Amino acid sequence: MNTAMLFGLCASMLIGLGLYGLLTHPHPLRKILALNVIGSGIFLLFGAVALRGAAAGMNADPVPQALLITGIVVAFSASALAVALLLRLFEVTGDVSLANDDPATHKDTSKDRPHD
Amino acid sequence: MTPSLALNLALALLLLGMAGWAVLVRSTQAAVIGFMVYGLLLTLAWARLDGLDVALTEAAIGGGLTGFLLLGAAVRLRSVEHRAMLQAPGLATRILAALAAGSITLLLAFAVLTLPSPAPSLAPAVAENIAMTQVGNPITAVLLAFRALDTLLEALVLVLAMIGIWSLADDRVWGGRPGFAIAHDASGILHYAARILVPIGVVIGGYIFWIGADDPGGKFQGATLLAAMWLLLVLAGLRDAPRVSSQTLRLWVVLGPLVFIGVGGLGSWVAGSFLGYPQGYAKLMIVAVELALLPSLTLILGLLIMGAPKREIGR
Amino acid sequence: MTESPASLLLVLAVLLPFTGVIIGLLLGGRHVRTVALTTVALGLAVIIGIVWHALDTSTAMEYVLGGWSPPLGIRLRADGLSVLMLLAVAVVISLVSVYAHADFAPHDSGKETRAPPVFWLMLLAIWGSLNLVFVSGDLFTLYVALELLTFAGVPLVALDGRGETLRAALRYLLFALLGSLLYLLGAVLLYGAYGTLDIQLLAQMVRPEALSWAALALMTVGLLAKTALFPLHIWLPPAHAGAPAAASALLSALVVKGSWFLVLRLWLDVMPNVVTLSAAQLLAALGAVAIIVGNIVALGQVRLKLLIAYSTVAQIGYLFLMFPLVFGLAFAGLDSTQAVAGGMLQTISHALAKAAMFLAAGLIYLTLGHDRISDLRGVAQALPMTVTAFALAGASLIGLPPSGGFLAKWLLLSAALESGQWWWGAVMLLGGLLTSVYVFIIVVRSLAPAEAGWMPKTCVPQYQQMAVLALALSAFLLGLAALSPVDLVQLGRTPLSLLRGTP
Repeated sequence: MNTAMLFGLCASMLIGLGLYGLLTHPHPLRKILALNVIGSGIFLLFGAVALRGAAAGMNADPVPQALLITGIVVAFSASALAVALLLRLFEVTGDVSLANDDPATHKDTSKDRPHD
Repeated sequence: MTPSLALNLALALLLLGMAGWAVLVRSTQAAVIGFMVYGLLLTLAWARLDGLDVALTEAAIGGGLTGFLLLGAAVRLRSVEHRAMLQAPGLATRILAALAAGSITLLLAFAVLTLPSPAPSLAPAVAENIAMTQVGNPITAVLLAFRALDTLLEALVLVLAMIGIWSLADDRVWGGRPGFAIAHDASGILHYAARILVPIGVVIGGYIFWIGADDPGGKFQGATLLAAMWLLLVLAGLRDAPRVSSQTLRLWVVLGPLVFIGVGGLGSWVAGSFLGYPQGYAKLMIVAVELALLPSLTLILGLLIMGAPKREIGR
Repeated sequence: MTESPASLLLVLAVLLPFTGVIIGLLLGGRHVRTVALTTVALGLAVIIGIVWHALDTSTAMEYVLGGWSPPLGIRLRADGLSVLMLLAVAVVISLVSVYAHADFAPHDSGKETRAPPVFWLMLLAIWGSLNLVFVSGDLFTLYVALELLTFAGVPLVALDGRGETLRAALRYLLFALLGSLLYLLGAVLLYGAYGTLDIQLLAQMVRPEALSWAALALMTVGLLAKTALFPLHIWLPPAHAGAPAAASALLSALVVKGSWFLVLRLWLDVMPNVVTLSAAQLLAALGAVAIIVGNIVALGQVRLKLLIAYSTVAQIGYLFLMFPLVFGLAFAGLDSTQAVAGGMLQTISHALAKAAMFLAAGLIYLTLGHDRISDLRGVAQALPMTVTAFALAGASLIGLPPSGGFLAKWLLLSAALESGQWWWGAVMLLGGLLTSVYVFIIVVRSLAPAEAGWMPKTCVPQYQQMAVLALALSAFLLGLAALSPVDLVQLGRTPLSLLRGTP
């Protein structure tokens, strides 16, 4: 088994693990973390693809590697936005639950604001 | 089994173990610390995959900044952790989730095993055209010449994420400073660390940035290190977080994208194509774009960590 | 590399709005709205230029960035589908900008406040991202476009700042992030298999094999999560209904169309030979459930904005009915153009009508101080133009002639009968019937006279009512497009039946 295949298979399992975490954790922060695990698995898979593409005197295909750098930065921005949103949700409601609120409790309470 | 394969196998198992820990362990803080270790292991994996540029980025952003961000949030949310966990799904959901996750893994494993050989690659095309870009690092050539549009858009992604985070401020403190930091640095250890580390970090960050044209490294990796140094200064109380309404701050934030678009436009004027570089001037223009991006990326990465404005202007 | 100067318009369509974002951010304060409105005017001119060029030359526009041809570089390309979407989005963006002019005015003191700059900057960002989705010819650039669209949408969902909108925004973000990651995963597999991300090149290379199938499945599921097709729709109603009216209009009319358009692109243009009829049937079956469930839940809503949001869930369902029709015809060796045209018309008329409805709901809320459907008395008295607009937009959703919705359903219905799939036609008719019930209820309730001495809570400016009416009229009169002599839909595209050959 070569390096690319080994890390490709490892990446497949990482993506599965992350997906399981995303689907089963009720805590949004754990979901954000799970998304990061999925993301890193996808990046690793792309890295394996890059390694398979070694040619023309290069140890790996530089195009996927460059895209990976973009991908990592985009994933970080997404995590930062999600965390900020989560912390703000906690600040405003004192809770971090994503479950649907009971529609009866929230209706019309805060609706008399001038600029809605 | 060759030593190299044994090493790879050990690394892959460690990665899976650490990821499993980060996903499955009960305590959120323990999970985040596991994730940070996982980030370090990934950096090693990237080195094994011959991706030194990616390894640097992963170490700096994937593991470092993201880990720091998640850890901060885990500490802040400790009080509600127990309550959040009460809504844990039942066994049926877990089984369904495991089935979904398992089938994705199988599908991907199958895909990995059926990828064609010899693998298609753009490496020859890069090798053929890299001379025209005048840079030595093929990844820099891809990021700033062949696929420069992606890099420009990525800078815009960062700007949007920053505005999005700012928009979460309370109406009254819009334009003020993020609430980040002002640590109770009673022992003075952060203060001390900042004094020692920041000058070193700035030099290394600048170096990583500068060699990026020809060797592994570049603006993202350099900017991340510089952003980390900035965060350290703020954490140690040596500098305050900036007011987000500050015009100077905003000028530095938009400088990179603005220069990038400007250089792109110049390309359509002198090189016949948007984001094209006239013959003989490619490296000059690439360096100009990178130089302009460095302060913008440093500031934005730092601001993404600092979060929404919390304190009114003047306080 | 010779680039026709006109093709530079494609670059402008993408980067002009984003340049507006960064200049608006830089100038800040009282200048943000001016920058945004100027950008909208300039951008509209660019789009009109693109449409004019397309009609004039009857060819697809193409621009290779930096002179680096694919597969190494990136190209932008606008065919008939892109041009139609560019135009529809530009119209909605412009009219929403007119409507929002006073709602998001800078503070009198000139000091920057929170909501106005966020709204205007994100409006521009949504526009730039959507234009990029429509013209990008590269799978990875499209991934970045999807993320840009998410990052532009989330602050609008949370703009109001209440806990429930923050929760809706976080849920939306998590769904959208998973969606774009699955999309990226598919793109990675395609690169591994074929060594390119350029969709034109891929279209020539993709083989009907397991790897392509896996990639298409992953990308489609990811995009469906972002489009909110049943059963991945649960994030949508709270996210769209909790935002201020102008923001809801952007989210519901436009943002969900971005990921839908990518599904269309992948299925019709990139991997048509991977698609099987049963996969297309599955997609439409989800759409059919969305139509029935969305409409029935909409009927049970107490608040107008939530009703309109659930109606979006149903209308998204219609957008997926076209797939088995297009492929059914193509597999039979018949011309599928009419079905594609029907799907495009459905998208565009929904964009116009839904924007009109959310904006109308915003005016109704201002006038009454609430948006409870049970008590809409006096609305028609105070806002005759707005109620007319709501009725016209509703007529287009139902599919009454001569609306865009009518022509769309007519085209899809004929395609259903021609390809021997009458059941999709039946779903469409049932959906139309359910829609007509709630549109009727709302219009009738708002026609009821107000109590004596009732005064509107706020007086709504005339131009806002006119912007809403303009949107509704465009949706209502869109059916007249059938009379137009040019066939924009097929511009620069290979007919599907030719591409596949007859089986």
